[in-house]
Amino acid sequence: MIDLSTTYMGLKLAHPLVPSASPLARNLDGIKRLEDAGAPAIVLPSLFEEQIEQESHSLNHFMSYGAESFNEATTYFPEMGTYNTGPDHYLELIHQAKKAAHIPIIASLNGVTDGAWIDYARRIQQAGADALELNIYYVPADPKISADQVERRYIDALFHVKRTVTIPVAVKLSPYFSAMGNMAKRLSDSGANALVLFNRFYQPDFDLDNYEVVPHLVLSDSDELRLPLRWIAILYKRVASDLALTTGVHTHLDTIKGLMAGAAVVMVASELLANGTKRIGEILHDLQGWMAEREYVSVRQMRGSMSQAHVRNPAMFERANYMKTLDSWRPDPVGQSLSR
Amino acid sequence: MESSSPFVTLEGNEAAASVAYRTSEVIAIYPITPSSGMSELSDQWSAAGKRNLWGTVPIVQEMQSEGGAAGAVHGALQTGSLATTFTSSQGLLLMIPNMHKIAGELTSAVFQVAARSLAAQGLSIFGDHSDVMQTRSTGWAMLFANSVQEVGDLAAISFASTLESRIPFLHVFDGFRTSSEVNKILPLSDDDLRGLIDDKLITAHRNRALTPDNPVMRGTAQNPDMYFQGREASNPFYLATPTIVQNVMDLFAKITGRQYHLFDYAGAPDADRVIVIMGSGAETVEDTANYLNARGEKVGVLKIRLFRPFSVEHFIHALPASVRGIAVLDRCKEPGSAGEPLYQDIATAITEARFSDHLQTAANLRTLVGGRYGLSSKEFTPAMVKAVFDELKKAQPKNHFTIGIDDDVTFTSLAWDPAFDIEPAETVRAMCWGLGADGTVGANKNSIKIIGEETDNYAQGYFVYDSKKSGARTVSHLRFGPKPIHAPYLISHANFIGVHQFGFFERYDVLATAAEGAVVLINSVYDAETVFSKLPKRAQVQILDKKLKLYVIDAYKVAEEAEMGNRINTVMQVCFFAISGVLPRDEAIARIKDAIRKTYAKRGESVVLKNFVAVDKSLEHMHPVTIAENTVANGAAVPPTVPLNAPDFIQKVTAKMMAGDGDLLPVSAIPIDGTYPTGTTQWERRNIAQDVPVWDADLCIQCGKCVFVCPHAVIRAKVYDPALLAGAPETFKSTDARWKEMPGQRYSLQVAVEDCTGCALCIEACPVKDKTQVGRRAINMAEQFPIRETEAANWEFFKELPEVKREDSVVFTNVKNSQLLQPLFEFSGACAGCGETPYLRLLSALYGDRLVIANATGCSSIYGGNLPTTPWSQNKVGRGPAWSNSLFEDNAEFGLGMRLTLDQQTTMARERLTALRETVGAEATDALLNANQTDDKGINAQRERVLALKATLQTMTAAGGAPAEAAHLLQEVADALVRKSVWIVGGDGWAYDIGYGGLDHVLATGKNVKILVMDTEVYSNTGGQASKATPLGAVAKFAASGKAMRKKDLGMLAMSYGHVYVAQIAMGASDAQTIKAIAEAEAFDGPALVIAYSHCIAHGIDMTQGLRQQKLAVDSTYWPLYRYDPRLRAQGKNPLQLDSGPAKIAFKDYANNEQRYRILAQSYPAHADELMAMAQTAVTEHYKRYEELAK
Repeated sequence: MIDLSTTYMGLKLAHPLVPSASPLARNLDGIKRLEDAGAPAIVLPSLFEEQIEQESHSLNHFMSYGAESFNEATTYFPEMGTYNTGPDHYLELIHQAKKAAHIPIIASLNGVTDGAWIDYARRIQQAGADALELNIYYVPADPKISADQVERRYIDALFHVKRTVTIPVAVKLSPYFSAMGNMAKRLSDSGANALVLFNRFYQPDFDLDNYEVVPHLVLSDSDELRLPLRWIAILYKRVASDLALTTGVHTHLDTIKGLMAGAAVVMVASELLANGTKRIGEILHDLQGWMAEREYVSVRQMRGSMSQAHVRNPAMFERANYMKTLDSWRPDPVGQSLSR
Repeated sequence: MESSSPFVTLEGNEAAASVAYRTSEVIAIYPITPSSGMSELSDQWSAAGKRNLWGTVPIVQEMQSEGGAAGAVHGALQTGSLATTFTSSQGLLLMIPNMHKIAGELTSAVFQVAARSLAAQGLSIFGDHSDVMQTRSTGWAMLFANSVQEVGDLAAISFASTLESRIPFLHVFDGFRTSSEVNKILPLSDDDLRGLIDDKLITAHRNRALTPDNPVMRGTAQNPDMYFQGREASNPFYLATPTIVQNVMDLFAKITGRQYHLFDYAGAPDADRVIVIMGSGAETVEDTANYLNARGEKVGVLKIRLFRPFSVEHFIHALPASVRGIAVLDRCKEPGSAGEPLYQDIATAITEARFSDHLQTAANLRTLVGGRYGLSSKEFTPAMVKAVFDELKKAQPKNHFTIGIDDDVTFTSLAWDPAFDIEPAETVRAMCWGLGADGTVGANKNSIKIIGEETDNYAQGYFVYDSKKSGARTVSHLRFGPKPIHAPYLISHANFIGVHQFGFFERYDVLATAAEGAVVLINSVYDAETVFSKLPKRAQVQILDKKLKLYVIDAYKVAEEAEMGNRINTVMQVCFFAISGVLPRDEAIARIKDAIRKTYAKRGESVVLKNFVAVDKSLEHMHPVTIAENTVANGAAVPPTVPLNAPDFIQKVTAKMMAGDGDLLPVSAIPIDGTYPTGTTQWERRNIAQDVPVWDADLCIQCGKCVFVCPHAVIRAKVYDPALLAGAPETFKSTDARWKEMPGQRYSLQVAVEDCTGCALCIEACPVKDKTQVGRRAINMAEQFPIRETEAANWEFFKELPEVKREDSVVFTNVKNSQLLQPLFEFSGACAGCGETPYLRLLSALYGDRLVIANATGCSSIYGGNLPTTPWSQNKVGRGPAWSNSLFEDNAEFGLGMRLTLDQQTTMARERLTALRETVGAEATDALLNANQTDDKGINAQRERVLALKATLQTMTAAGGAPAEAAHLLQEVADALVRKSVWIVGGDGWAYDIGYGGLDHVLATGKNVKILVMDTEVYSNTGGQASKATPLGAVAKFAASGKAMRKKDLGMLAMSYGHVYVAQIAMGASDAQTIKAIAEAEAFDGPALVIAYSHCIAHGIDMTQGLRQQKLAVDSTYWPLYRYDPRLRAQGKNPLQLDSGPAKIAFKDYANNEQRYRILAQSYPAHADELMAMAQTAVTEHYKRYEELAK
């Protein structure tokens, strides 16, 4: 019997394939569907402080707009009992999920202010979340902001949250750090129970028919696996935090690679969005088949087996990797390439 | 933090609704100003599950009209419910038939009425007793409350009394003055109400219910043999009612300590002069009488509470025996009567008493006069009360007088001294002049609540708005002091004046009401050193003469720093508290923050925090203004309200109203029959936009889309001879015109920047994008102030350029060419970015010179017809839309009547012309009778023919003899030979609900009328109540839980006739289809119905995105575009043409941009999901049906 179980931030999981934050888990039905499909834990979609603020201000604007301006219409909307403008709806989802599901529920939080990190993290813990993933999703577009300030922001957020809650805390990182290794280490040293590599930014696109900048959501593919794969391989055993690989996980082979790089879990979203939650079971089935064929008995055997620390040529993950690629390339003889 | 005070501060409407809701099981509602607040609160409470006294959540049911509401209440009562409704004005009139029934059947019920003027020579939403006086004969008891406190109290007394008496009660209070006044009162607890109500009487009411378990019948048809006796059979109940009511009042006094009587006398016990009065004015009379008595006079007031059934006996007993003169004041007018209703009743009562053997009237009573006051919320002040008392001193006082106006025609009016002031010094009086958009009123309501509920002070707030929906001015009147405040009139001597908009100093005499030494807080960009010098001389003189103390703050800067946008409310509120000293500064700040939390906490913590930031930043930015002793007033003169070249009527009448001095107009200045000149908005330069569109001639492709969508008709285009540019202002822009029909011409697009509201719809409509910076269009927003003067001059030049000739070979029924047509609807006071007015602008541009418009009451009758200035205008030769508003419910019929007249006059003209064929000439006659009038060219040619005909007829008339009479008869109707168009316009509240029966009938007649429904999907004018046009899933007032039923398909219903032209349009989705549909409707020889998607402020959208929302509505197939043209059937074609395609987006992708949908998801997420799914199904099915029909 192959043992697929793993431990992530101290949470014992039946297997390492965890649905990452996505709309699939935005409501209780979705959470139940994921659990029924075999998810060992679920990362909920993020609670965005900015979105909460924006919704509040939008609500306030539209409730006030045109009000108290005209005799016959001093308002334009009925005053409702509540507007759920704060995190209550999200907290209730955690609460309901914990009641309904039997797997760990990992909340996700994107804050802006110190107050929100602290307040929302506390309330997320109170609502019953088993762990918290800090989704520090941030585009430092302001040229006045230095790299140091950006890094400080990550560290501070983690610091505030760790001081506030006792549940495990993961930090989801973007790949855009000059000194990724250092950043990972500082976060790990600051108490991050796990590092989740990497966040995907939704890049805007141009609509050339209308000359508009438009949001563009593209699901990941397996090619995107390689960036987190490299960094997990590099960081494995170099930081105390658990590592989670996210982005580009679509097949059992992607899963295996992630585990071998050193991930405690691999996270999947695009594949489930594209092909349904049944893919969890299918990937696991293929994983077990692959492991059986190669006589692996547990995923623990695999974890980190191809990390930088454990491969024959660790330089492959660093600059040499690039050099190697160049070295392996030879120009074809004229016409030869066409004939192949 | 909950207050421990037993007091609450609330509006009269809430006081009434609170009692009515708790004592009802079924509430039928319909919106009408100023009673809508009671209905809205009831609906909100019901949606929130608030229970009545007996633990049940009342059913609140919106009806299609007040007539419907009364009918529903009648049915509910007959089957044993405790049922009520709320109404005003014409709404009450629509209830009268049912009121006769309910009373005739001796049914216990209370209707709450915020009394309001009736539409006569003009509509008025304001308060008087014209409406309730129409119900005197219905058999209902009528109880009048005079203040916010009394509204709650007498609502309860009415309820207890109706149960015992079985006579239904109308509980009346003054619209606006009481219904909308905020005052500090002691509310009635549930226990108070229970103590007043005998549950056995409720059981008795239920036992009278219709039930098949114990069947009886009511509503029989009766014959001459016994109907009369039947009318008399209920007499004992009416006779018993006064005593019942007094007993209830006595019981109420035991419970609450507040004693009322059927007739409450106040004043000198030995008064020689007494005013008899009902309603809020009684408060003014009482306070004035007390003031005068303290100064040696002997006067009093008899406040009538139970007006029906009128108890002569109680009245006579309440009147002081010493009285020598009585003035009865009526807040209504009955033209042609022997006297107004209350006067007549008092005269009758006194006469009866004189002839009675058991009633003693005052032995010395020598004088009884009646007077009218306070119509349409006309001010009724202590000075006016004194004038009435003074008049009674005269040997022959004027009878049937008026007070409060200057009647220089029939000389009914009494003079009064405006300087007379009785308000005690300890009452602090504050006035704040603000804009609707800056939040002044909301902050002041908060301030009143703070003072009323957090201090020992009493407090009162009353808020005056102008009649514009964009850039509206508000004036808040706040009083507070250690004694209860009974002052139902505006402040005339203010201790504090807040001027929240610096520009007001120029437009209004804002310091006229400043008392000596008053404090003035000014919001200005000018600092303490310079602000005085920037004031107009008028204000400077007042400041120096009255020794006013000035403070200045740049509130917009503070608001900006606090990320509050243009909401300066919190900033000005903090300054008000800091200066007024009503509370210690720190405590005031703490209270303000508490109030902010109470107001905004539901909307989110970050909203609260931003307000807190504004609070904390305010005081450091406020500075006292030091005025040196030798300062002289040398500011600029106030500019004239209207240009000096404005017509005489505009100068003498309209300008006075615009300046806020309409109260000073004498009767002789006012048109006798409600007839007013059109085209008057052109004289009102409101300058309300901070940013305005600026044309880029180089980028422009001259498509005309900006002109097409401009809701305020401030963007105009002309094509003209280049020679006309001689003498153009330097900054006037033009470019070569791109019209192949008009080669060698120039083109200008001009913006009337002083009339623009800055809505930016034009920018969104512009299809051009600058290749070097794609965010830039051919029309872009820029700050108005720096270009105001130059663009105003450019506008004046542009106006004088010739209009396009309509008889040229240019087809104007396309978007590009239609931009050149002069709109005859301009500069309305509609909301900035209004979704209705672009359709009216287009209609006026296409057919304005031959339009007669019947306009249903609602938004379009307010921005279209609310004085002082109105937007329907005229062309250079004086032709333009003739416009009228009859009522809300009868608009289709009103328009049909117009059509019938025009048709009849045309028939008469043709008959008379035919009879004169030989005299007029066969050729001319035939040309007139057979003229092709299908286009402008044809119509203009016919106008020429008619002109010639009239000249001929004039000659014939002058010649005398037998033909002269025939010529004269033809002359009378000759203009009817020129085609006129009747367009019936209004909103969905009219078309789908209250006026649907008439609309349906008018369509069925087959007559040649055009109906334009500007569908905002709510009753926009009254604040967004649901109509049958409200879509499934949207929240609206009266549908606070989200509308659970589908929108009525008005177009489909009309199409079912087969002979009606029907179109559904949305300008933002297809301007070409819009103009095509309107042109086809106009050309169709029969009834036409055009349903126009009209985005609205009540949708909760970014109004600059209104056109985008229209497009999304169509893209989602929620709003399919179609035209149903019965003429196509004759061509063997399907009359239904679907002009928009299958869904490109989901319904939610359209809906979720709108607060009306989002709000449900925020409040009831699961329910919202459910309704959204139902809505998508409805949209899909609806479109599919149309698709099948169009195949």
